[in-house]
Amino acid sequence: MKIIQLFGISAFASLAFLGSCKPKGTETAVSGDAAEKVYVAPGKYDEVYNFVSGGFNGQMNVYGLPSGRLLKVVPIFSVNPENGYGYSEETKPMLETSHGFIPWDDQHHLELSQTNGEQDGRWIFANANNTPRVARVNLKTFRTEEIIELPNSAGNHSSPFITENTEYVVAGTRFAVPTDDMNGDVPINSFKENFKGVISFIGVNKETGDMNLSFQIEAPGVNFDLSHAGKGKSHGWFFFSCYNSEQANTLLEVNASQNDKDFIMAVNWKKAEEYLKAGKGRKVKTQYAHNKFDESTQTATSKMEQEVTVLSAKELKDICYFMPTPKSPHGCDVDPTGEYIVGSGKLAALIPVHSFTKMLKAIENKEFAGEYDGIPILKYESTLYGEVQKPGLGPLHTEFDGKGNAYTSFFVSSEVVKWDIKTLKVLDRQPTFYSVGHLMVVGGDTKKPYGKYLVAYNKITKDRFLPTGPELTQSAQLYDISGDKMKLLLDFPTFGEPHYAQAVPASLIKDNQVKFYNIADNKHPYATKGEAESKVVRQGNKVHVYMTSIRSHFAPDNIEGIKVGDEVYFHVTNLEQDWDVPHGFAIKGNQNAELLIMPGETCTLKWVPKKPGMWPMYCTDFCSALHQEMQGYVRVSPAGSNVPLTYSLNNKADNAKSPVKTAVTK
Amino acid sequence: MKNNSLSKLSKILLITSGIGLIISIFVPIWAIYLEAPQYPEGLGMFLHAHKITGDYEIINGLNHYIGMKEIHQEDFWEFKILPYALGFFAALAFLTVFINNKKWLYFFAALFLIFGVAFMVDFYLWEYDYGHNLNPNAAIVVPGMSYQPPLLGFKQLLNFGAYSYPDIGGWIMFGVGIILVVLSYLEIKSSKKVI
Repeated sequence: MKIIQLFGISAFASLAFLGSCKPKGTETAVSGDAAEKVYVAPGKYDEVYNFVSGGFNGQMNVYGLPSGRLLKVVPIFSVNPENGYGYSEETKPMLETSHGFIPWDDQHHLELSQTNGEQDGRWIFANANNTPRVARVNLKTFRTEEIIELPNSAGNHSSPFITENTEYVVAGTRFAVPTDDMNGDVPINSFKENFKGVISFIGVNKETGDMNLSFQIEAPGVNFDLSHAGKGKSHGWFFFSCYNSEQANTLLEVNASQNDKDFIMAVNWKKAEEYLKAGKGRKVKTQYAHNKFDESTQTATSKMEQEVTVLSAKELKDICYFMPTPKSPHGCDVDPTGEYIVGSGKLAALIPVHSFTKMLKAIENKEFAGEYDGIPILKYESTLYGEVQKPGLGPLHTEFDGKGNAYTSFFVSSEVVKWDIKTLKVLDRQPTFYSVGHLMVVGGDTKKPYGKYLVAYNKITKDRFLPTGPELTQSAQLYDISGDKMKLLLDFPTFGEPHYAQAVPASLIKDNQVKFYNIADNKHPYATKGEAESKVVRQGNKVHVYMTSIRSHFAPDNIEGIKVGDEVYFHVTNLEQDWDVPHGFAIKGNQNAELLIMPGETCTLKWVPKKPGMWPMYCTDFCSALHQEMQGYVRVSPAGSNVPLTYSLNNKADNAKSPVKTAVTK
Repeated sequence: MKNNSLSKLSKILLITSGIGLIISIFVPIWAIYLEAPQYPEGLGMFLHAHKITGDYEIINGLNHYIGMKEIHQEDFWEFKILPYALGFFAALAFLTVFINNKKWLYFFAALFLIFGVAFMVDFYLWEYDYGHNLNPNAAIVVPGMSYQPPLLGFKQLLNFGAYSYPDIGGWIMFGVGIILVVLSYLEIKSSKKVI
């Protein structure tokens, strides 16, 4: 809401910085060859994968650049009836938390795995803001493989940023809260005594990508906003922006905007590791879910972890330092050399750039301006490399092109500003339509940015697309940054509300794709590896259907003897061994979604029929010319009826060979 | 007395042929490629001396629409014979050099040509059987349509374009056939000169 308040002064900003009350229109913003630059001819591939956070849709959207074509929506924190994520028995455990099953979250930021500070195209990490979690998506399958919940946290916002060899993914808590071993049932106005801002360091296994919550750092109760790891010379440090150093707990838009400077917190995580080894942490009893998807069984499991080690920043004096940064900083971005740390104060009219070298010197010389809740505050002048003067209004986030330039988004003045990191001079500015939040340069937060394209993710679209009632699409805008001046090339609509995004040259990803799962390697306990193995098994009121699908029939395709009160589990194995031949499975009246089963995979749909009758089932994915024939029936009889449980594959050719079979009862 | 020994060229080429035939036991002999709008990357099926490789299982899956029999390696007696036949001809090549007699060369050439022709006839019959013996209950029955792949070259079969070509082993066998014919011709010519 703070932002809305600022609209009033945006006109003033335009006057001051653009010299005109009326923002430039598209007509002048788009140059003549823009169409040529974004045209990807039919049958040709895009140059870049763009992974865009889904915001309040909880998913990740994958676009191709420069065309802006949507390639895939990857479900991470939200159920996805389209492919059964969160509905199939195999994927339900992925969305388990210490609060039980949660079908939704707010997905803000994405970060691609790195080796030596460069993108390696292996995994992408995603944060859940509402119920704090971090997920890992495998970029060979574009599937969510792991989700870890974060204890002692609320509002996982400064996440999932990573260190330069993906040693850690971090998660900083936006809402300071009492830690889980304290009584949370306290007056809200006891904020200053009881509330803490906890930062999580999640270790990532180099080979498998498996995550585990290595340790947490208990920091003062401020609101951590964004973060980035040091790189190169600053490897070993992590930087977190924070706001609400006022420690307000009500009407934050005013009460958390009082201090002239908030902080960027520098964390010496190598030092923290030493303290951890030396046993300086406090073991906190808590509960957090750790969910993993096993590709060999194609099944996720959820485990409840019980403990986490927490290091106190107050007690261990030399792991955290505060760098004063004007004013309610959002973006916290480290340039490719690792020397410059750029804070973007949402309410500031300048961009402060801290120097890592100066920061180390200031720590060495104890150039402190005081303490904040036991944490040393470094002097602003001691860490400051310089300020970009009059860049625009409402700086949010900065990325880099590897050629010495920085690009900062300005929400209030609705523009992207290019500036020189060394001279701190503004080089170019281009309007966005409208109110850009995050921006992204391809590889722009790594040691070696790919550059070439910049995408602005806008919060307001108004007149940019055909209107769709009160709820309008959000949008991305693509800029060519290969020349001296940025050139607007394209608008494209986005799903949900994009926040941060990542992009990587397609060559790092496209050739590693899994095309189908080898059925011989399918270790799903209910896999059916051939029609001959199809069967129906009753265990009390549970009925397990071992079903196969292949173009263009299910086996079995007729089942009789199901009774009201039964729980039916359709374990459908897709027998195909070819790329791009998924089969779907749906049954009438099911209070659930469909299954979308990839070749060689087994998925399970639970169905609890409520009344007797004839219930059709069919394939939902247009698999072949005879897709429409891919169907069958389930007969449901009243509870207690004595219709025997039988099944058959009754197509004409097989009728003679495949008589009706009787189910196994255990 | 008539000189029946082989020329140096013949010996070298016979040894080369023998080695070639041994190689052909281990490499694909024949390739069938299918192309369709749905399969821009193409589907390949490779016949070796003793096995089938490539996408034949996918092809089996597709062929059920038109009622073609499934292709299974164990259904072919040829795979049990072919490696030995090729081995036998390789041995015969070396033996001919060792015995160093033109008559053995002529015998070898004749026997190999018969084998080559028989190979092609057998392949044709196999294709004919697969292309014509269709399941009458198949989903797609196009009256009068058969799906026999080409013996050599290209043929359009509904939405599939089918290509049939020798692969490395096949080219070697063709090469050996040609070498044997040319060598026999040269040896006969040189025999006549001597007389």
